[in-house]
Amino acid sequence: MKIRNLLLKSIGALSVVGLLAACAPVPAAPAAEPAAGEAAAPSDAAVSLVYLVDESQPSQARAKAFVDGYMALHPNVTITIESRPGGTEGDNLVKTRLATGEMADVFWYNSGSLMQALNPAQSLVDLSGEPFIANIAESYLPTVSQGEAIFGVPGETAMGGGILYNKKVYADLGLSIPTTWEEFAANNEAILAAGITPVIQTYGDTWTSQLFVLADYYNVAQAVPTFTADFTANKAKYATTPAAVEGFKHLQEGFEKGWWQQDYATDKFDQGLQLLAEGKGAHYPMLTFALTTLAENYPEQIEDIGFFAQPGSDAALNGATIWMPAATYIPQTTSNLEVAKDFLAFIASTAGVDAQNAAVVPSGPYVIKGAVLPDDVISAVRDVAAYIDNGNAGPALEFLSPVKGPSLEQITVAVGTGQMTAEDAAAAYDADVEKQAQQLGLPGW
Amino acid sequence: MSNPKRPLAVLRSYPNWFYLPAGLVFAVFFVVPTVLAFYFSLTRWTLFNATFIGMENYRNFLGEPMLAAGLRNTIIYAVMTSGLKVIIALPLATLLTSRIRLTGFFRAIIFFPVLVSTVAVGITFSALMQPSVGLINTALGTLGLPTPDWLGNPRLALYSVALVDVWKGVGIAMVIFIAGILSIPTDYFEAARLEGGAWVKFRHVIIPLARNATFTVILLSFIGGLRTFDLIWTMTKGGPGFASDVLTSVIYKYYQAGFYGLSTAGNVVLFILVTIIVFPLMRYFNRLELEL
Repeated sequence: MKIRNLLLKSIGALSVVGLLAACAPVPAAPAAEPAAGEAAAPSDAAVSLVYLVDESQPSQARAKAFVDGYMALHPNVTITIESRPGGTEGDNLVKTRLATGEMADVFWYNSGSLMQALNPAQSLVDLSGEPFIANIAESYLPTVSQGEAIFGVPGETAMGGGILYNKKVYADLGLSIPTTWEEFAANNEAILAAGITPVIQTYGDTWTSQLFVLADYYNVAQAVPTFTADFTANKAKYATTPAAVEGFKHLQEGFEKGWWQQDYATDKFDQGLQLLAEGKGAHYPMLTFALTTLAENYPEQIEDIGFFAQPGSDAALNGATIWMPAATYIPQTTSNLEVAKDFLAFIASTAGVDAQNAAVVPSGPYVIKGAVLPDDVISAVRDVAAYIDNGNAGPALEFLSPVKGPSLEQITVAVGTGQMTAEDAAAAYDADVEKQAQQLGLPGW
Repeated sequence: MSNPKRPLAVLRSYPNWFYLPAGLVFAVFFVVPTVLAFYFSLTRWTLFNATFIGMENYRNFLGEPMLAAGLRNTIIYAVMTSGLKVIIALPLATLLTSRIRLTGFFRAIIFFPVLVSTVAVGITFSALMQPSVGLINTALGTLGLPTPDWLGNPRLALYSVALVDVWKGVGIAMVIFIAGILSIPTDYFEAARLEGGAWVKFRHVIIPLARNATFTVILLSFIGGLRTFDLIWTMTKGGPGFASDVLTSVIYKYYQAGFYGLSTAGNVVLFILVTIIVFPLMRYFNRLELEL
């Protein structure tokens, strides 16, 4: 046996795998402008488009509703839905396909900081001159804009980020909705004493671990109104802003006080929803898009679920952090720009909203002008709407600043499993954020 | 090692341009991407454009607080998997080269996991290792044994993945050992039988004379361990938190985050690290290699 031969082979294989093959990017071909005089409305010629959508149940259901609704109006158009993974894997896929000019004709993607990382000015079609932009609530537009250019239309409802709770547990134990962290902690002790899990954590899906930090943002912004601007300009840090460290401290406290359920380290999102619906867990820090899945999987229990904003230090300043809807975008490489724009016009219309309402349970308010929630909307959504109507709600940081560190979900898991202190986590997140800001080429970093 | 000097005429019997096709393929698919990777590791690269930033990526990567833990985990993983594979595969190979019934059946059983996709193995074991309803803990619980959270406990996660790696890879190691044992001249076994029993055969014939096989197994599984990715990624994604992060998972996470320059720099570091660990090891083993 010749070790050398074996090794030469293995080293060859190793190098190919080890060095991520660095192919030069193919510049995105500029989209052909429609010739002057061409009719703005799509012609009757057969057209087919591909719509790339993340694989989550609510996104797929909404995309299907849009596609079916649009194809019923335009029989000559065929739109096929292509699925992609969500989370960081999906981010990577979208960026790579945009960079290599391989993107589908229209695609679904987050708004806010994640959209900023797509290099939209070079990769996406600017929609700011389109008439259908007027249908969209002005408060939404900044989350899909860079400078004057607007790139996407909202394809779902806005969401609340905070605590989903089981109302039956609250009724049985005679608890009331907390507005400060002390009250929340006291409720948790009472729930723990009753043999129920106070707080559900599901680190098998790491993204779910971020809510205590991200949904605390309304409280942070109330305590330090200049934080958003200073953070974006590299003048304020999480680690040196006590109000911003609070979210991490909450995670540390929850771990130390044993608020999590037994299998929190490996449970996944679906198991978290099950625990909440069945009343085995009282609170689940989560985005309200989960309500759509809950209504689908636990129709009997959906009215047992309520929503409250993440409690902070001051009851008078407490409010809900709002997540803006994901959007549908057109890459510059689309095969048929006119039909793609017409499809986006449908999504951003009340007809598009009606199609969504028929397909899925809304998980928050719409950001399309004139859109109304159905009368039978579930009570947790009414809880979210109440915060917005009363003026006690504001967008999450990622919709106000392009800066969002990609490792937050690992850092929050590290705190929630007792491997890292809140202070160390805040500092680690600052370092993570710095890399992202430099990658985006932001001024001041 | 025999390397008889051949006449010059034989060496020159093919013209140099016969190298061209292979050389071209090698250049296009290996040399060019490698050189480009070294270049992009010096830039802030968005896939759309690259800004030259000198050694910044390397400073960032090596200054990463998680890197030290990732490096330590990589070494632990490589040493543990290659060591265990030798310790388990050598006795198995000895047993399955001796005259017992059903050797073919047992060899097939032990080799079988090698044929299964690593990703499938990872997903299956994640389910088996589920702490309260997974098969492993259900079985342990029934026997009254402790039921650890294999993948959720930060102190255990890396070792759990390493054990699955050993389960999956021990078949290859066993086959290499079987080949090594079968290449030992039978005279030695005759002598061992006269000298004593099975232990003498194992200790004084197989262990020393299957040394080449041992080196091969150690080197291959050590390199495999240093580069491990798929099993870690499907089972823990480097978690909980950063507890089972290895070099490759750190690099992949940078890549996912869109830090293309930084992750390329990480790959260059991995390449250099593997090279400086493996080449001296290989030279050392080659010096000790036996001619049978």
